[in-house]
Amino acid sequence: MSHLTSFQIFLLISILKIAVVLVITLAAVAYTVLLERKVLGRMQNRWGPSRVGPFGLLQPLADGIKLFLKEDMMPLAVERPLFVIAPIIALSCALISIAVVPFGARTYVHGVDITQIADLNIGLLVILGITSIGVYGIALSGWSSNNKYSLFGSLRAAAQVVSYELALGLSLVGVVMRAQSLRLRDIVDSQGAHGMISWNIFGGLQIVAFFIYLMAAYAETNRSPFDLPEAESELVAGYHTEYSSMKFAMFFMAEYANMITVACVATLMFFGGASSPFGHIFDRFGAGIVAHAAFSIFWFVFKIFAFILLYIWVRATLPRFRYDQLMGFGWKFLLPIAMVNILATALALAYHPHG
Amino acid sequence: MQIALFIIFGLLAVAGALNLLFQRHPINSALSLVVVMMSLAVLYWSLGAEFLAAAQVIVYAGAIMVLFVFVVMLLNAGEEERTHGSKIAYIAGMPGAAAIFCLLTFVFLSNKTALGVTQLGGYLSNATSNIRDLSHVLFTSLLLPFEVTSILILIAILGAVVLARKEL
Repeated sequence: MSHLTSFQIFLLISILKIAVVLVITLAAVAYTVLLERKVLGRMQNRWGPSRVGPFGLLQPLADGIKLFLKEDMMPLAVERPLFVIAPIIALSCALISIAVVPFGARTYVHGVDITQIADLNIGLLVILGITSIGVYGIALSGWSSNNKYSLFGSLRAAAQVVSYELALGLSLVGVVMRAQSLRLRDIVDSQGAHGMISWNIFGGLQIVAFFIYLMAAYAETNRSPFDLPEAESELVAGYHTEYSSMKFAMFFMAEYANMITVACVATLMFFGGASSPFGHIFDRFGAGIVAHAAFSIFWFVFKIFAFILLYIWVRATLPRFRYDQLMGFGWKFLLPIAMVNILATALALAYHPHG
Repeated sequence: MQIALFIIFGLLAVAGALNLLFQRHPINSALSLVVVMMSLAVLYWSLGAEFLAAAQVIVYAGAIMVLFVFVVMLLNAGEEERTHGSKIAYIAGMPGAAAIFCLLTFVFLSNKTALGVTQLGGYLSNATSNIRDLSHVLFTSLLLPFEVTSILILIAILGAVVLARKEL
């Protein structure tokens, strides 16, 4: 590669990174759906999908083909351009935020970090911003469908996401104050010193913030127990009632991609990102650069997997909230606790600047 | 590269603003405004104000405009009718806009040295972090305006609560 300029190398590696991350994310989305169906099935004492391939492992492929071949229905009374653009907004917003996530230890190839697509100094704010843009996908889909159930679903979803965004953002402030940076790499590095005990959730005493984040994140992604926008007993299917074929699939993928993003952020902010829970004890076994990168990516994927299992477990366990309970919970409980947490963290940092 | 970014998003901002005026349906206008705000955020970022860019996206595009869209959806506002408007607007509109544009250009050009210049896109390649500087200024020399603004917002929240209470 000596005849290429450094910019060309950067461009090539970046395109490669984007392609690989996109493919892996979409595959992860497909298999998260299968995992959810399997685990939910086992929790409800039944098998879940088991026919296509060994243990039903090819089920996502079959689902994909089915959705792709379905007729793309377009109801007559819809607001056409917005109806088409809404699922695109939802899916692209869900996929863009993966770009700033560092999913492994720093690994340089020709001077380019291959374990992160873009290392931005406001990475966290970019994720929050893109999440807040994602509301438009839901809001517009409900309105443009010209269907009262869709409209109710999207109104609920938009109100819920806007309300819980506050608690979500405030719960992360304590972590940002500890790391003194909004760059996700710096936040991960600030928790990498001694393995598990220096993670923000344990050593950083951000356990309250973590639980606020967790609950707000469930509401942000419209997942059970906060899945009122798609409450099937009241609203048919919520904001995507009128959608069929690939447009429906895009909403479906957006939901699961959002789950993965939220799990990524939780891992980065509270669980040390790609750092090993054992600190540097086992570093001598992974001496080479490839082994080092592989181990860090393994830990990152392991933590994400644990979060997604937790998501599914919660869905199988908890009943749905009522709408006024949901709003009261967000505004009157999570938000004040998040503010108290910020104050406490600020005081602690002021008295022990390096504690 | 930076010039290309500037041209693309500058044109997008202008196109969005024009679309905002020409669209007849309020929801399309609101969405055009979102496009304008996002393009402005990119322009801020290319000038090195990355925190301002993020705040623009989160606060304006992500919160305020969502509420606009929300209200339009709730009220189910229909398409607006084309009216002729007032005579004064016809006569004074274009010259007035041109005069304001000329005045602003004159002020900016004549005070160029006092305002200082920034390099377009000079901050994209080597990342600076101006959040620390920003918060330092905000909590030292600009503390009073900052607190006054906070109290203003608090009063607005209380006012909203009082108004909503009356309805119940």
